[in-house]
Amino acid sequence: MTVTQNEFTKAILDADLPVPDGLCNPEGAPAGKRFSVYRNNVAVSLSEALEVTFPVIRKLVGNEFFTAMAGVFLRQHQPTSPMLMLYGADMPAFLDSFPPVAHLGYLPDVARVELALCRSYHAADAPAIDPETLQSIAPDALLSSRLHLAPSVHLVRSDWPAAALFHANSDPDAPKPKMQAEDVLITRPEYDPEVTALPPGGGAFIAALMDGATLGEADKTATIATGDFDLTEVLGLLLSKAAIINTTEGTPK
Amino acid sequence: MHDTSPAKTSPAKFRTVPNRPGVGYKPQHFTAIMEDASPVEWLEIHAENYMGDGGRPLAQLRHLAEKFPISVHGVGLSIGGKDPLDPEHLKRLKHLCDWLNPASFSEHLAWSTHEGHYLNDLIALPYTEETVTNVADHVAQVQDVLGRKMLLENPSSYLAFAESTLSEVDFLAEVVKRTGCGLLLDINNVFISVTNQKTDAIAYIDSFPLEYVGEFHLGGHDEDEDDDGALLLIDSHGREVVDPVWALFDYTLNKTGPRPTLIEWDANVPDWPELAAEAARAAQILDKLTV
Amino acid sequence: MSYHVKSFAVAGALAAALTATSTVPAAAAAKEKCYGISLAGANDCKAGAGTTCAGSSVVDYQGNAFTMVPAGTCTTTELPEGRMGSLEELERDLPA
Repeated sequence: MTVTQNEFTKAILDADLPVPDGLCNPEGAPAGKRFSVYRNNVAVSLSEALEVTFPVIRKLVGNEFFTAMAGVFLRQHQPTSPMLMLYGADMPAFLDSFPPVAHLGYLPDVARVELALCRSYHAADAPAIDPETLQSIAPDALLSSRLHLAPSVHLVRSDWPAAALFHANSDPDAPKPKMQAEDVLITRPEYDPEVTALPPGGGAFIAALMDGATLGEADKTATIATGDFDLTEVLGLLLSKAAIINTTEGTPK
Repeated sequence: MHDTSPAKTSPAKFRTVPNRPGVGYKPQHFTAIMEDASPVEWLEIHAENYMGDGGRPLAQLRHLAEKFPISVHGVGLSIGGKDPLDPEHLKRLKHLCDWLNPASFSEHLAWSTHEGHYLNDLIALPYTEETVTNVADHVAQVQDVLGRKMLLENPSSYLAFAESTLSEVDFLAEVVKRTGCGLLLDINNVFISVTNQKTDAIAYIDSFPLEYVGEFHLGGHDEDEDDDGALLLIDSHGREVVDPVWALFDYTLNKTGPRPTLIEWDANVPDWPELAAEAARAAQILDKLTV
Repeated sequence: MSYHVKSFAVAGALAAALTATSTVPAAAAAKEKCYGISLAGANDCKAGAGTTCAGSSVVDYQGNAFTMVPAGTCTTTELPEGRMGSLEELERDLPA
């Protein structure tokens, strides 16, 4: 009597299925609860991995609900790599379509922020650009320059106050979120990722930079998006967060 | 960029793991370890947690590797899987080992990935001619790709396979014979398995090919019951090593002589002093042999 | 705005930004930066502790398990205006 790893896997993930034949206790009787050790290990360990990546989602829905929801998620989405730091990429889409949280429309974007934090934490190190290098660019060349951002920099554009929700649920002193759309910047000045709500136009500007636009193009995009785009403020933010690592001369797209 | 390129000098200064106590590294212990790690003399990391591109995990590892011999312990290669080894994962493992040049590399006699889905558990396999060939092929492939000898760890078992035709010890001995790999003998796993299978720990150790053991693991387990109320031990790594496991370690060590000995504590991780106390207990037993 | 004028506007913005952030601290010694909060490494080789029931309970989110609404949201009904609900409604959604 042989048990395939396919049968084993299916029975681990679906407790409605019988324990596969051919698994036994020391007396040769069916394994029964002994097989449940594997069911338990898989469910608990993957659920714990999700808790590591999504502490704010967990806080927003409560521990009991999160554990139950993780049980549904992990049966639909097993990791596709043994690197658990990457597990949970499907969580925003899952939250978007999971009926019991349909009324909590902000959850997917908060999950995107948490995923970005995790990616940022493990991203390659890249020292910030020397301010003198930026200063030395002639004004005429500046518009056609491209600013390259660190691999740890991420942008989440949200119709919800995703940054404020994140802060309010990770820092007891943070203010209550106001209902507004927020573009969220994730940076990692040294080894600790930070979450910052961008000022008006900041999201459009950084999205354009990430898309390969020149500084002039990105500035134009942001100004069109928002009349009161403040380039100084957003550049200052990027500089202070060590988010710019390099510039290249380029012709506009 | 964080320099993890193989071409550059490895941060590792140590070529071998000493026959002394080590612990499974937890980031919350970084400060304590850098200040005074005694009696811990080497560290083991779980490979998969250091496969990111940079950031604090790799920076800490770089500093640790300058001070301590590092053993890389893979938990996700699925060597016992029927599927071929994941070439991407093998590549990541090679990248890590080429950069770090660790003093040792080990993995488990277990499977965890099926058709690209990773289950994050060390799952048992039957011991047959077919599976021993498959495992030996995988171990040979790992050693070939990494360009180094690996240690294969005995699993904790909770159930038996009706189809098994080999004992676990004979299975491991056969893999050693076919691949030239070494063995990592987890004494806690032996204790768990023989309890769960109602066999004898001393008989297991006495039949084990001890000359190939390159490292010991010691860890804590939890107690549960099966459907018939029989004791069922779970490899939780969430508490101190129990006395019978220390005794079995002592017994085994008297036969092997001192070997690198690791304390594993992965759940309910204690503060450093409590973990160091476990390492001190291992040191006492190791010291008994060397004086 | 001419290209030239725009160039100077952007250059001015950059100069102002650089001035404002000239106090960025020099990078701390590499080793010091390592002593921070670490995310837990999620990979390990432990087994789930103790119970053999967590993975065995049948989860059916159509059924009882999920008729409970998430903690902290017990007074919430669906936001009438959909995604852009009012501030009050949002606040009501949040755990106290």
